[in-house]
Amino acid sequence: MPKIEYLPPAPKGAPVSGQNRRAVAARLVRYYMLYKWQVAAAFLLMLGSNLFALLGPWLSGEAIDAIGAEGGVQFALVGKYCLLMAFFYLFSAGFSYILSVLMIRLSQRIVRKMRQDVFDKILALPVGDLDRIAAGDLINRISYDISTVNASLSNDVLQAATGIITIVGAFVGMVAISPALLGVFSVTIPVSVVITVVRSKSMRPLFRKRSAKLAELNGFSEEMLSGLNTIRAYGREEEIYGKFCEKNTESADAYYRADYIGSLIGPSVNFVNNFGTVLISTAGAFFYLYGMISVGNISSFLLYARRFSGPVNEFANILGEIQSALAAAERVFRLLDRPSEQADAPGAKELKDVRGDVRFDHVRFGYDEGEDIIKDLSFRAEAGQTIAIVGPTGAGKTTLVNLMMRFYDPRGGRILLDGEDIRNYTRKSLRAAFTMVLQDTWLFEGTVFENIAYGREGASPAEVRRVAEEAHISDFIEGLPKGYGTYLTDGGALSKGQKQLMTIARAMLSPAKLLILDEATSNVDTRTELLIRDAMGRLMRGKTCFVIAHRLTTVRNADLILVVKDGDIVERGRHEELLARKGFYSEIYSAQFE
Amino acid sequence: MRKLLSYLARCKGRMFAGFVLKIAGSVAELFLPLIMAHMIDDVVPTRSVLALSLWSAGMFLVAVIAWAGNVVANRFASKVARDTTERLRADLFSKTLGLSARQTDEATLPSLVSRLSTDTYNVHTMLGMVQRMGVRAPILLIGGVALTFTVDPVLALVLLVTVPFLALVSAFVAKKGVGLYTRLQESMDKMVRKVRDDHTGIRVIKALSKTDRESRSFAAVNDEIVRNETRASVITGVTNPVMTAVLNIGMTAVIFIGAYRVAADRVQVGDLLAFTSFFTVMLNAVIAVGRIFVEISRGSASARRIAAVLDLPPELLPEEGEPDESGAYIRFDGVTFSYRGAPALENISFSIKKGESLGIIGATGSGKSTLVSLLLRFYDPDCGAVYIGGKDVRSYGKEELSKKFGVVFQNDFLMAASVRENIDFERGLADEEVERAAEYARAEKFIAAHEGFGGMLTARGSNFSGGQKQRLLIARALAASPEILVLDDSSSALDYKTDALLRKTLFENLPDTTVVLIAQRISSVRFADHILVLDGGKMVGFGTDEELMRSCDEYRRIYRSQHGEGGEEDA
Repeated sequence: MPKIEYLPPAPKGAPVSGQNRRAVAARLVRYYMLYKWQVAAAFLLMLGSNLFALLGPWLSGEAIDAIGAEGGVQFALVGKYCLLMAFFYLFSAGFSYILSVLMIRLSQRIVRKMRQDVFDKILALPVGDLDRIAAGDLINRISYDISTVNASLSNDVLQAATGIITIVGAFVGMVAISPALLGVFSVTIPVSVVITVVRSKSMRPLFRKRSAKLAELNGFSEEMLSGLNTIRAYGREEEIYGKFCEKNTESADAYYRADYIGSLIGPSVNFVNNFGTVLISTAGAFFYLYGMISVGNISSFLLYARRFSGPVNEFANILGEIQSALAAAERVFRLLDRPSEQADAPGAKELKDVRGDVRFDHVRFGYDEGEDIIKDLSFRAEAGQTIAIVGPTGAGKTTLVNLMMRFYDPRGGRILLDGEDIRNYTRKSLRAAFTMVLQDTWLFEGTVFENIAYGREGASPAEVRRVAEEAHISDFIEGLPKGYGTYLTDGGALSKGQKQLMTIARAMLSPAKLLILDEATSNVDTRTELLIRDAMGRLMRGKTCFVIAHRLTTVRNADLILVVKDGDIVERGRHEELLARKGFYSEIYSAQFE
Repeated sequence: MRKLLSYLARCKGRMFAGFVLKIAGSVAELFLPLIMAHMIDDVVPTRSVLALSLWSAGMFLVAVIAWAGNVVANRFASKVARDTTERLRADLFSKTLGLSARQTDEATLPSLVSRLSTDTYNVHTMLGMVQRMGVRAPILLIGGVALTFTVDPVLALVLLVTVPFLALVSAFVAKKGVGLYTRLQESMDKMVRKVRDDHTGIRVIKALSKTDRESRSFAAVNDEIVRNETRASVITGVTNPVMTAVLNIGMTAVIFIGAYRVAADRVQVGDLLAFTSFFTVMLNAVIAVGRIFVEISRGSASARRIAAVLDLPPELLPEEGEPDESGAYIRFDGVTFSYRGAPALENISFSIKKGESLGIIGATGSGKSTLVSLLLRFYDPDCGAVYIGGKDVRSYGKEELSKKFGVVFQNDFLMAASVRENIDFERGLADEEVERAAEYARAEKFIAAHEGFGGMLTARGSNFSGGQKQRLLIARALAASPEILVLDDSSSALDYKTDALLRKTLFENLPDTTVVLIAQRISSVRFADHILVLDGGKMVGFGTDEELMRSCDEYRRIYRSQHGEGGEEDA
């Protein structure tokens, strides 16, 4: 089975691995820098919290020495040290809580921005590009990947920074207490550092694989669930399940490998720490034996040594987490880096006061380079005319719409609207000049009212009711339990035809001068279609209309019929003329009654 | 959670072994401070270098044991987490595929998708973490306290006082956390839905220049997630500072009271050293507990959502049914069906023989597709019965029933896979069957132009035109030579010529196949042996084209409107 690529390829010339990781990290830092005051506040809190906490071991050592002092316990001193300890520990905890709240808010802001960026990117991608990305893949990036980044932003970074302060502080503490013991202890430091570095290096590809496999699995489930009815109808559950299991196992294995290697780090570094404890205890005991160190100092030193090792140990975990966060961030950024729909040409104009005169001038186009669907197309639609485009399936009719709305740009020739190349208008104003009813009806999660009112910003309930009536869907809507307030969800109770009527009602709200009907009426049964045609007739008045339909009854009244075959216009004219010509048009027309 | 435990139960051997090893490793670590205290208090005074060396060698050995125990235990833990998640996810997927149409409608697809992805992932993370740290941390905590009793019971009691506080904080956070994370997951569902919606409707969004509005409405969902996640994280974020503070204060109390114990000559200074060491070990454990709690809250919220699906009762199981003696091949007998309380079909009765064709025509929303759903047993009728081959469809096994059908739905499903795979649709058909089906569906030409049968489709088949997609779907439906071919409005994107040719091929090449054809155009159904006319869920006509032209008003009206001969509403 050929491999389906869920990950869109990295943009050309993208830097690789190490360099890439740094670039990804730098970009994450840039997100942080959007909130530099919070970052500064967090840093101060962290410093305070950790320094206070670091005073603890020293104070407790002093207290122990005051207890073990020659000539009995010095209660006053012990009490003083204990009070100070309690004070510093409480403050440290308070700071650390405020800090964590601050960090949560900070990371949530960043993550919100990231999600919004991703979503806006989805909206900004060229339509053709978006067609090629599975919805599951997008969902994966915006949910799972960003969550991974978030966990890392709020936890790991904080822990890493805390770790660094603790390490430095503990080191200073150890030097102050006993440089000799530190000399003994330091034997273990390089060992733990090496372990951490080596392990994290070997883990990066494992984490990346883990993310990729998971994305593949999630993409697969999303796709298959979208075809649930078909799978049921053919009873293919077992087979699809089998395929799922393959991917599931791959994904579980990839996770396991990363997880297992990652989980080795903890105990290993812990071992080094324990080994350090052994060394300090042994050396400490000898020093004590020869009166070179007090018990309180050994205690303080051990506490500092533990503090010192704690973060080193954590670093291993954190590095693991950060690895997976970087891998996830990389996938998010890769999506963000995909080129958006081309920007409007410099000096592009707002399209205003549209007349609706459209001209195709030697247009050549193909979705893939070298495969032209439209070879050389020229025609003119004067303002207010109805142009019917007919022809066999796959002849390139939908493509005309894609070109007019600039979902794609022609590879050759130009399209003029009111005498001006459409590339000279802003996309937004150009598209606003069109209203359309597409072959794929599209309704979103929301009420019936919202779905219809989508056609124009700020449409009033009265207007919505009016267009619903015109589209002959108002009876149906009012018969719903909650009428216009009925909430439409995935796979809701609407039939395809009803959905179609709703989108037609939606299109009726738009004041646009150009109308595109892409096989729209063909999905409504003929009786309803008749009613719609009546409403459409009124709607079409004063608009330039492009109708892509196979209903010859619909195209009969067209001012111009373009018969498209193999990407070229083979015939053009009015219905009667074309019939009289006994050419391709009359051939497909008679097929209706064959 | 109970569900999850039942899954874990299958790994109990390995889990138990890991558990024991983890305990061994963690307990070993706890002995290090004890040995140290012993060295300072008892060995040092003997001034024996040999004894000191032996004891330190012993300490080293204990450290090695701790390492080995933890490494092996972690490996077991990863394995258990992996196996459990794999099984859980596989079962969830299988369960999801097996849900009845009604159950799927209720749960909604996006939510099912996120249960399969995000929720299983959360559970996986939780399982690994809890086994690794969740066992270790309490042992270090409780073991630490327990071992201190051997040093000095009074001081140990002081440390013990902190434990209920720690437990209280944990319980509070765990209780709050699960609810908050459930809510978070729900808002994540909303986001997933939004992304899916807009992915599908991008053309309309752009055409209507609604990207700003979409971006804003996404922002609302995004804000909701941020709110819920902040709330959940702030609550779980309490754990760490509070627990650390409690433990630190406990430690301070130990030293303070220790001063009196030393003065009373009940403990030695070295014992205090042991206490401070235990305390660090426990502190590290407490920090780990803080992290575990986040994972547990999130993970059990997810486990609940998964269990909610797994626990759905199986529906549409085969049941006993009265046989049908009428000799008809497909028979609807007084079938009434309502969809979520809204009546959809009312008292439908008709029958056709094997090899005959049935056309269904009627207005939008008249119940045509619903009728097919009942034939396929996606739903059971409220009353009445549907028979195929003399048997109630409810008495068929799932596989037995679906084998009979070749189906094309409205807006049917194409996979991101090769043309061949899409036609074969996992049925293991021979190449000839696939090719012949493509030929019957008049798809062979564009398939050849599109890199042949190995050519890949993009997601949803978006690299093919609407008409081409329909022909691929028809090829799929024909490929296994089904007994019943159901075409639900599957020629709407075909032009008349292609449609007519296709119909001809079907009737000529598949004479034994019973065809059920839903269509909008009268020209697509008028050749059928029987035509069923539906209006508002009621059957208003059944007969041949000729009969219906004579007797059925609705049919005549549709005919007129289609052929433009002065349909009355035609302005």
